[in-house]
Amino acid sequence: MTRPNETLETLLQQDYEHGFVTDIDTDTLPPGLNEDTIRAISAKKNEPEFMLAWRLKAYEYWRHLKEPHWAHLKYDPIDYQALSYYSAPKLKEGPKNLDEVDPKLIETYNKLGIPLKEQEWLAGVAVDAVFDSISVATTFKDKLNEMGIIFCSFSDAVQNHPDLVQQYLGSVVPHTDNFFASLNAAVFSDGSFVYIPPGVRCPMELSTYFRINARSTGQFERTLIIADKGSYVSYLEGCTAPQRDENQLHAAVVELVALDNAQIKYSTVQNWYPGDENGVGGIYNFVTKRAECRGHHSKISWTQVETGSAITWKYPSVVLKGDYSVGEFYSVALTNHHQQADTGTKMIHSGQHTKSTIIAKGISAGFAQNTYRGLVKVLAHADGAHNYTRCDSLLMGQHCGAHTFPYIESKNSRARIEHEASTSKISEDQLFYLAQRGIDTENAVSMIVNGFCKEVMKTLPMEFAVEARKLLGLSLEGSIG
Amino acid sequence: MLTIKNLEACIEDKAILKGIHLNIKPGEVHAIMGPNGSGKSTLANILAGREEYQITAGSMHYQNVDLAPLTPDERAHLGLFLSFQYPVEIPGVSNLYLLKSALNAKRKHMGLEEIDAIDFLTVVREKMKLLHMDDSYLYRDVNSGFSGGEKKRNEILQLLLLEPSLCILDETDSGLDIDALRIVAEGINLMRNEKRSILLITHYQRLLDYIKPDVVHILSDGKIVAEGDYQLATVLEAEGYEPFLQKKAGD
Ligand SMILES: Nc1ncnc2c1ncn2[C@@H]1O[C@H](COP(=O)(O)OP(=O)(O)OP(=O)(O)O)[C@@H](O)[C@H]1O
Ligand SMILES: [Mg+2]
Repeated sequence: MTRPNETLETLLQQDYEHGFVTDIDTDTLPPGLNEDTIRAISAKKNEPEFMLAWRLKAYEYWRHLKEPHWAHLKYDPIDYQALSYYSAPKLKEGPKNLDEVDPKLIETYNKLGIPLKEQEWLAGVAVDAVFDSISVATTFKDKLNEMGIIFCSFSDAVQNHPDLVQQYLGSVVPHTDNFFASLNAAVFSDGSFVYIPPGVRCPMELSTYFRINARSTGQFERTLIIADKGSYVSYLEGCTAPQRDENQLHAAVVELVALDNAQIKYSTVQNWYPGDENGVGGIYNFVTKRAECRGHHSKISWTQVETGSAITWKYPSVVLKGDYSVGEFYSVALTNHHQQADTGTKMIHSGQHTKSTIIAKGISAGFAQNTYRGLVKVLAHADGAHNYTRCDSLLMGQHCGAHTFPYIESKNSRARIEHEASTSKISEDQLFYLAQRGIDTENAVSMIVNGFCKEVMKTLPMEFAVEARKLLGLSLEGSIG
Repeated sequence: MLTIKNLEACIEDKAILKGIHLNIKPGEVHAIMGPNGSGKSTLANILAGREEYQITAGSMHYQNVDLAPLTPDERAHLGLFLSFQYPVEIPGVSNLYLLKSALNAKRKHMGLEEIDAIDFLTVVREKMKLLHMDDSYLYRDVNSGFSGGEKKRNEILQLLLLEPSLCILDETDSGLDIDALRIVAEGINLMRNEKRSILLITHYQRLLDYIKPDVVHILSDGKIVAEGDYQLATVLEAEGYEPFLQKKAGD
């Protein structure tokens, strides 16, 4: 760590002074990370023994790891001892109503067409003021309960469904997976848990949106979704409204498991605070998302629209274990100003007759850097494997960059792997044409960019798609003079 | 009324327009003819506000407004419409969406509300019927995979929908088959009235047989070298540009 020894000493002393173990009742743990931190988190959450054991194993592993730097990203070193790893949800902090919220934020919400109630929630208006939306969530939950669907916070799942958690936790993203995933395993605070019983088709889009406490669990989130045989679920994560968070580092883990004939559709719109025009502030978003098509004829689709964060490091992947399973990755990554995104996917073909599709659209403006990094891997016994990949980059202006790193490792000579890529600039001819029809530059840019991303946008669920389309336009405001 | 005085323009130090004078009154139809590369499209683009050209002398006014400081969309809102010689493709954007956005941009400028989706379909289908276009055009991406003639027809559809007061048609007839030419010309003739000005850029007399111009100008090497009535086009058709170019060399 970069912190001088002296400061570290003081910090350690402080920790000692407050004492982790005796301090269980307070809301926030002091900064620092050691075995006691892990024990304190687990104790505060009243976790069963297997959880603590797993966290400790992860921590022990993580301690010996070095932060990875292979991605096409630049950022200052993160001081992991300076972070605080537990903070209980504070229910009544924040503004009392929308009048107390930064008008600029409200303006953006209005442009996106977000209803008032949701604006209150997003802006962090005290929880009792948005009680309505909680009761909406409760009604949904009753309906889901009837069908045997479990949709709850991760903490609730650990308490109420420990067997399922124990069976599936870490079975897709093990605690040894990578630096950020190990850290997450050791210290994650909460997240979402979904289980769809055999043969059940979840009747609504499940969304973190409805979980009021999601806001306070942002930093080290963990999501686990299990679709049992023949079931179907569509899950939405995040929202289009810009979300601010005092935590700079976000290291979430998402694990998806689809058993025989099951289908999971996972859609993300990520719009964390990207920092200002000069690249100051902004969230570091280091996420591990992986899905396993464990059963035959299972199918998992990732769709992501990434417009936020100062730094995005994210590769939603699919391990195609079951024969005839299908993996899909549809991505739009938009970077403006000084944002950096290094994102892509991995498709691991291990079952026979497995199929994967990758459509990645990168848009860069300003001084931003946008990297697609993808791996298509076909194992020796995966006969009949087929991948189709297309990566298109759109550049706006002279100072931004687009990079494409498609890796292919095939151990099966009969696998069909197709790759197409293109890079283009937003064309003056198109802008002039639209302007001649009376359409102003901002709307014209938004139209062209949305057209460029159409194949991906159309895979988003309806209600998400409308907002996401506006979001692409807003994120590029002012990028063409 | 459109007034162009002594307009000179260049691109990357290459002079293209070398002193153009042109007046088009409300209700008039003018035609510009001239050899390839003489500057016809350049003039149209400059009127519409394309930025890559530098105007080095002269002025352009429409309805007594100086066009020079206006952006292309501001000029469009003044009522200027350019039917492009080479309409661009916009992948992923449906024609319907473009037409609706353009119409709503105009309505917004006029202080009107956005048009209702059903009303819009009614209006646009009415115009499409005039041009013998079927519904599939609405759902295809703007000009993507359109044939040359289909693109031109699509330009005129936009013109009929937006009802501009100054219509500049850059070789709309090129690429249209014989029947399509007649249909499109009939569409344009429907737009003729005592307030609307039309500037036709064309190589062929055939279009002018359908849409009779009040004045024909011949542009050569960035200058208007001859002017006359409809008869000028007939002379041109018979004798080609040679006599006009020689006349220019002689004066
Ligand atoms: N963007 C440009 N860059 C360089 N030269 C240009 C550009 N635009 C036009 N020119 C040149 O200006 C001259 C006039 O071109 P313009 O397109 O106006 O001709 P035109 O009269 O419309 O010809 P045509 O009948 O073939 O359509 C040509 O020599 C052309 O090469
Ligand atoms: Mg031309």
